[in-house]
Amino acid sequence: MDVDSSQARMAAYMHDHQDKVVGRWSELVVAGLRGRSSVAEVRRELEDLYTLVVRAMSGTDEQAAGELTAVLTELSRSRARNGFTPRETALGMFALKDALYEQVADAADLTPEYLAFSRMVDDLGLLTFETYAAAREQIIADQAAAMLELSTPVIRLWEGVIAVPLVGTLDSARTQLVMEKLLETLVATGAGHAVLDITGVPTVDTEVAQHLLKTVSAARLLGAECIISGIRPQVAHTIVSLGIEFGDIATKATLADALAHALNRSGQRIEKQSIGQQRMEPQKRGPA
Amino acid sequence: MERVPILKIGTTLFVSIQIDLQDESVVRLQEDLADELVATGARGVIIDITAVEIVDSFIGRMLAMIGSISRLFDAETVLVGMRPPVAITLTELGLSLRGVRTALNAEKGLELLNGSA
Repeated sequence: MDVDSSQARMAAYMHDHQDKVVGRWSELVVAGLRGRSSVAEVRRELEDLYTLVVRAMSGTDEQAAGELTAVLTELSRSRARNGFTPRETALGMFALKDALYEQVADAADLTPEYLAFSRMVDDLGLLTFETYAAAREQIIADQAAAMLELSTPVIRLWEGVIAVPLVGTLDSARTQLVMEKLLETLVATGAGHAVLDITGVPTVDTEVAQHLLKTVSAARLLGAECIISGIRPQVAHTIVSLGIEFGDIATKATLADALAHALNRSGQRIEKQSIGQQRMEPQKRGPA
Repeated sequence: MERVPILKIGTTLFVSIQIDLQDESVVRLQEDLADELVATGARGVIIDITAVEIVDSFIGRMLAMIGSISRLFDAETVLVGMRPPVAITLTELGLSLRGVRTALNAEKGLELLNGSA
């Protein structure tokens, strides 16, 4: 007995018993999802899926197999995004076997037909799993990209002074991004000073220092002076122990010191004034 | 081979590179600049590379060399208008152009020269 004809017979049987099987299948799936989806909702999804499975198995419809794959891919992708486990998604597909078996067991001898059907459902179950994994990977990649984007802001601190607060580990990819953003901002704003604040960098080893030095020398080539700030005592200790030399790059303990240094170098000065004086002369003293 | 014009403004020589830099044209520029420095006795050189999109290690080294040559004639060199990708390339190549001063644009370059004169 060849596989195609037994699949076709199974498809005919399934077509005749659609209501019962889909009903039972929905019950099983809803039980597995523990109340995260309503019966009606699940039933609508599964009815489409069931019709496609029958069409694919009947062997008369060329496009059905492709459509089935597409629908199933979409379904497991949305499940992945909604936080379902891959086990739940795959079990949802496998539940069709249980649902149908309950019907077939009462009926005439359909064992070879059922086996052919079972193989197909197994394939579909694996497909949901694969799609699920791919969808999750995509989410992780998207989040990593978003984090990279989030973690490298360039801030205008004062007229002619910009700052890059670095948070997290500095690897080559991030250094590249920071460098590009910093240089672009330097050109766009015409700032002469840039402060690299490493308060948020947990450890500074030779590699991180190398990356910092690269960024500084690239900024220098554009004609801007860099100041490294936010060096914590432990970090200072590590830097000295490792023998890292920052050369003639200015380093400061805090961002405030760095800003003061930058203002001093660019010939700007901030003055304190008493409140009474402020009322007398309300002209602006802040950044232009 | 294209030549890069050298303009004299006051005591400063102004060079704006607006062509795709070939090795020969850079060498030629270096020679022309040396001649011009001797002829005019200029105290500063501004090289504008705003239009330069691509550099290689040879051109990077030549730019540094122009700085060293100018120094022999007691003139200060300022490289202005470098594009971020060019700066990244030069850094990756390990060229930090120690002997050359840099500025964001021609105006700041002039300020730098006048401030140091």
